[in-house]
Amino acid sequence: MEKTTLSVRNLKKTIGKKEIIKGISFDLKEGEVFGFLGPNGAGKTTTIRMLVGLIKPTSGSVEIGGYNIENHFFEAMKNLGCIVENPELYPYLSGWDNLLHFVRMLDDVGEERITEVTQLVGLTDRIHDKVKTYSLGMRQRLGIAQALLGRPKVLILDEPTNGLDPAGIREMRQFIRFLAESEGLSVLVSSHLLSEIQLLCDRVAIISKGKVIRTDTVEHLLSNREQLIWSFEPFEKGKEILSSLTKTEDSGDGFIRTEYESEKAALWNKQLVDAGVKVTEMNRKLPALEDLFLELTGGDKID
Amino acid sequence: MIKLVQNEMMKLIAKKRLLVIAAIIAVLVALFTYAQYKQVETQRHKLGTNDWRTILQQQIIDTQNRLSSSRISDDWKKQLKVGLQQQQYYLDHNINPSEPGAPTFMRMFLENSIDLFLPLMVMVIASDLVSSEHSLGSIKLLLTRPVRRWKVLLSKYITLCLSISLIVAITGIISYLISGMVFGYKGWGAPVLTGFNVTNQGLGTESVKLLDQWQFLLMDFGLVWFVAIVVGTLSFMLSVLIRSTAAGMGVMLAALISGAILSNMVSSWNSAKYLFMVNLRLTDYMKGTAPPIEGMTLSFSLAVLLVWWAAALAVAFWVFTKRDVY
Repeated sequence: MEKTTLSVRNLKKTIGKKEIIKGISFDLKEGEVFGFLGPNGAGKTTTIRMLVGLIKPTSGSVEIGGYNIENHFFEAMKNLGCIVENPELYPYLSGWDNLLHFVRMLDDVGEERITEVTQLVGLTDRIHDKVKTYSLGMRQRLGIAQALLGRPKVLILDEPTNGLDPAGIREMRQFIRFLAESEGLSVLVSSHLLSEIQLLCDRVAIISKGKVIRTDTVEHLLSNREQLIWSFEPFEKGKEILSSLTKTEDSGDGFIRTEYESEKAALWNKQLVDAGVKVTEMNRKLPALEDLFLELTGGDKID
Repeated sequence: MIKLVQNEMMKLIAKKRLLVIAAIIAVLVALFTYAQYKQVETQRHKLGTNDWRTILQQQIIDTQNRLSSSRISDDWKKQLKVGLQQQQYYLDHNINPSEPGAPTFMRMFLENSIDLFLPLMVMVIASDLVSSEHSLGSIKLLLTRPVRRWKVLLSKYITLCLSISLIVAITGIISYLISGMVFGYKGWGAPVLTGFNVTNQGLGTESVKLLDQWQFLLMDFGLVWFVAIVVGTLSFMLSVLIRSTAAGMGVMLAALISGAILSNMVSSWNSAKYLFMVNLRLTDYMKGTAPPIEGMTLSFSLAVLLVWWAAALAVAFWVFTKRDVY
């Protein structure tokens, strides 16, 4: 059994009279990248701020490395590295001084760790320059460097690829996978970009309007939703036969959608052919997380 | 904790705030020195003498002439009378109230900058110590470390106290060095009178003491430092409460300026003496001028400021440790 590094139980937050977060629960395991997916305004950032202790939850609990963040703030924070939204470091200090600043806030970390993390994120050449001269990608990397200083078990990254160019996004993705696989970190990544999450994460929680709608592995979420798209002649007759066998959906442009199950597909096909229906097209479609997401959130608008 | 203070100092120095403040003080001191020099010059020219007794005598006659005019208000009249009696006392005891030299200039500069100029300099540092972290967004990084929030704030407050002490010291050193170039560096041992007792009847001189100028200056510096700490703490609190540096500064500036204005017009509004702004001119008690409101004494003002200080500190820490950060 893998170790649970971050555990969130029934987290709620009420601001004024409005309940923003309506009870969120999930677990993070060692060495996995966990995606936190939701449209803008779904409550991703508020939840993350509760996880890192910036906002006090109305109710519910957060445990990092087995320590409750309210009762054992100090121990819990030692196990955590995070970037909330953009990594806002001090622009008037050099990268090195920024890291030094945060090293001083940790008890058991020395300056040699700065050299280590700088190498890890590949900033060695520019580390003594002022941060205001850095590009966005470099700032993002410096942000990750500061999050790694305390050798945390859990890394929380809020929109880590925000504002990066395609090359930067790919680099970031590889780096996050590396941290999880080689260093054994649990990484929580939030994003509103589905393609991002799909490529990066092992498991995903889809959240909308302050609730987790579904938590599952990426593969699982996708394979369950594989579809088969049919086209045949005569259309009405084929549709009738297929409907008697399984649930169908008329997409309206001469195609019928059914679920995909490898054994049954051949069977259905045989029955159609036997009944004299000419099957002109059978197309297996792997849906993107995008469709699933829109379906689950109901094309969610922020209200 | 030392490491945290080191952090704050590093940021403060990188922002070059202290340098700017030192430069402002230097420019102002230079201006004042020149103004003072000009004043002495014209006086000498007018009276045709360099003897301070003659000059003081002339000043007394001037004041008496003004007092006999019926067009001045009662408050102002009282102020003038107190000043007059004081000048007379100095003359009677053969003591020069403004012995030329850098220490005298320092004393004058401190007395004039205690309620507006120095608090302003302190504000430059205090008002963005916390709010700049908010506007930059770095507060999120600062508060997600294994360090409790009150420690983070305390490190900032200690930094503030250190910088205030530094500003007061800089003011002393700069004003001594610059004014000394014109007035000479002597005058530490010059006698100064303190302990005048200002009452309704006028000036009481029973408890007047004679101090060396350096002793008097030391006390002045203590009072200036205290005022700076109080004003700094108040701006610090505003910096915690108001996330925008400009808004915090505006509020504090309004309070300070209103204090300067109020002092001149609140003599009939008695409860105004509990406002911190009218209690800032602590050095006036040393010099012995009439307080803005009847019944205000040095210990009263110190107590009022102390209460404001404690309240501001409590509010700042309470809010900072409890508040949600967005």
